[in-house]
Amino acid sequence: MPLATMPLAEQFILTLAALILFSSFLLLAQSRIVSLINIFALQGGLLCLTTVLMAATFDHPHLYISAFITLALKVFFIPWQLRRMVVRFDIRRQVENVVGGPLLVMLAAGALTLFSYYVVLPIRELSLFSTRNTIAVSLAVILIGMLMIITRRKAVAQVIGFMSVENGLFFAAVVSTYGMPMVVELGVAFDVLVAAILFGIFFLHIRAGIGSLDVDYLNKLTEVDSAYDAEVEE
Amino acid sequence: MTALYLTLLFPLVGVFVLAVVGNRPWAGTLNVLFTVAAFVAALKLSLNVFSYGTLISPGKLFYVDAFNVYLILLNALIGMTTAIFSRSYMAHEVEIGRVDGPRMRLYHAMYQGFLLTMLVALSTNNLGILWVAVEAATLATVLLVSLYRTPESIEAGWKYFILCGVGIAQALFGTVLIYFAAEHVMPGSEEALLWSVLRTHASQMEPQVMTLAFVFLLIGYGTKVGLVPLHNWLPDAHSEGPTPMSAILSGLLLNIALYAIVRFKMLVDPALGNHLAGHMMMGFGLLSFTVAGLLLHRQRDVKRLFSYSSIEHMGLMTFAFGIGGPLATFGALLHMIVHSLTKSAIFVTVGHVTHVSGTQAIDKIRGLIHTQPVVGWCFLICTVAIAGFPPFGIFTSEFLLFNATMKSFPWLVIPLLLGFGVAFAGLFRHMQRMVYGAPPPGQVAVTANMWPVIFHLFLVLWLGIAIPGVLVDWLNQATIMVVGMGVL
Repeated sequence: MPLATMPLAEQFILTLAALILFSSFLLLAQSRIVSLINIFALQGGLLCLTTVLMAATFDHPHLYISAFITLALKVFFIPWQLRRMVVRFDIRRQVENVVGGPLLVMLAAGALTLFSYYVVLPIRELSLFSTRNTIAVSLAVILIGMLMIITRRKAVAQVIGFMSVENGLFFAAVVSTYGMPMVVELGVAFDVLVAAILFGIFFLHIRAGIGSLDVDYLNKLTEVDSAYDAEVEE
Repeated sequence: MTALYLTLLFPLVGVFVLAVVGNRPWAGTLNVLFTVAAFVAALKLSLNVFSYGTLISPGKLFYVDAFNVYLILLNALIGMTTAIFSRSYMAHEVEIGRVDGPRMRLYHAMYQGFLLTMLVALSTNNLGILWVAVEAATLATVLLVSLYRTPESIEAGWKYFILCGVGIAQALFGTVLIYFAAEHVMPGSEEALLWSVLRTHASQMEPQVMTLAFVFLLIGYGTKVGLVPLHNWLPDAHSEGPTPMSAILSGLLLNIALYAIVRFKMLVDPALGNHLAGHMMMGFGLLSFTVAGLLLHRQRDVKRLFSYSSIEHMGLMTFAFGIGGPLATFGALLHMIVHSLTKSAIFVTVGHVTHVSGTQAIDKIRGLIHTQPVVGWCFLICTVAIAGFPPFGIFTSEFLLFNATMKSFPWLVIPLLLGFGVAFAGLFRHMQRMVYGAPPPGQVAVTANMWPVIFHLFLVLWLGIAIPGVLVDWLNQATIMVVGMGVL
């Protein structure tokens, strides 16, 4: 169906889906930490907007609550906490090189997006016309988030990758099934909140333990011959 | 139903109480009392289920049938015996100054929190809550893995957090897809994520969506089971944390994730009408079994050694559930029990071993049987049991699995036998030197409470010689639930 003949709300949702995918690519390419956090907040904002739009169009009032939780957690709380950490550790100006080079990573992300469409293609059209598109987009956001985790060395960037995987999941739930049942959604939000707090605690520990937030230094444990003696101090 | 609520209530109260008083000298005893109370409630619950059949709570939020009630009981039992061990073990750790007061509060509160999340995961009827609880179990244990704050333990904690977090995210995507498929069968229903409801509508669900969902669920929960190649976090997390945590991580958490996979398989099979889910599980299971068996040979840390042994056994169970006949399923259910009992006993023993020798390095642990015979003997017998020797229960369940494989896929018997041999050699080449050999000078016996270990070994021995009729009946009911027919 051509885009112009669709109902206005669905056109909006598709556009938002495209923007969310675009913000995932931005996250992948951005090497400055502060900008990374801002883009993450932007992605959260787009997600919140999508949720409100879905709630208004399809008359699912409980989605307003989800939208509010998203706004509070992903637009305000998590970016605020990350910014605080960045200021505290004084790594605002740090520029990080992406493992494998930016071009290769972007190409890989493009391939992942195509792969997502390929995976979702066999699903017969079930309800919403845009379901196929939106499921493919959410899968792509999840996979790109994972790609981001493996191509970054800084703990903060890995956390943002982790949270953007979470964004992809939330997007999938909102656009394909009008959100999960309320009790589940609250549970997931609680887990995300706890995870965000734990990440903050972990930053402190990593910083205190290895003197840097570069997870490349976390390399003591290996699959074989991990020659580590538990009580070194003895 | 009251019994179930009580089973969940005790650890819940425990989290809050121990978060406040967890650093007192008697906190360990309080921890034991909470687990004993939960165990008594779980015992009552299982008697109820045994006499009245499947229970569903009024809001359909909880669902207890023959399949999960025995895991709930097992959970409560091992939670209790490990708490008894943890009391003296952690007191020793405080004494030698490895942990301080605030960390003891964290430890005790999260011990209860971990048990709570596992019990919720087992008893819930809502597949979304199942995911939330499994993720919460990760969050509860992640700070315990890095409790000692050494660079290694922080690395292990970070790996555990990121890998399991990302892995489990795949499972949530799978759950969303299941919900998506269910919404089309029962539009607008608030109950489309309830397992008991989905089970009755499973055959009408869109097969393509269900296939895709199962792939994600298997990868997601499979990360938590420790299936190769998603297992990297497991040996680190199990070896770096305090030993009581290793015992319940290896003994219980892995079971929960496998339980989740089997629950989903029960939904996917009728929807697909073929054996795809089973074949995927068989592949992953056999790969984990083989690779972990080989990796046993290259370990230098005693806790890592037994973590790989856990991967091996989880692989075997996944393989058995994948085969899917009544005999294989019965064997796998039995294997879940005996593996949990033996593996937690091993970690408890290893805890004492590390206190005796002051190290976790296999090369430095020598002559246990000379220094402290009771620890040495328990260590030896536990290893014999986990390696699958008769007359212990693991032999029985492995024998059943072996028979089932012979019947359905005869050619797979060869890699299975090879795997058993390789794993056995991997364990014993290390064991021999640790138990016998000359003890290093100055090695002295420590105060050790071996009763939990002896109790577990006794149960495993009992299950190996004569499985009580009640339990057989129970496992048979669970088998009927999973594959549609029993073995008896």
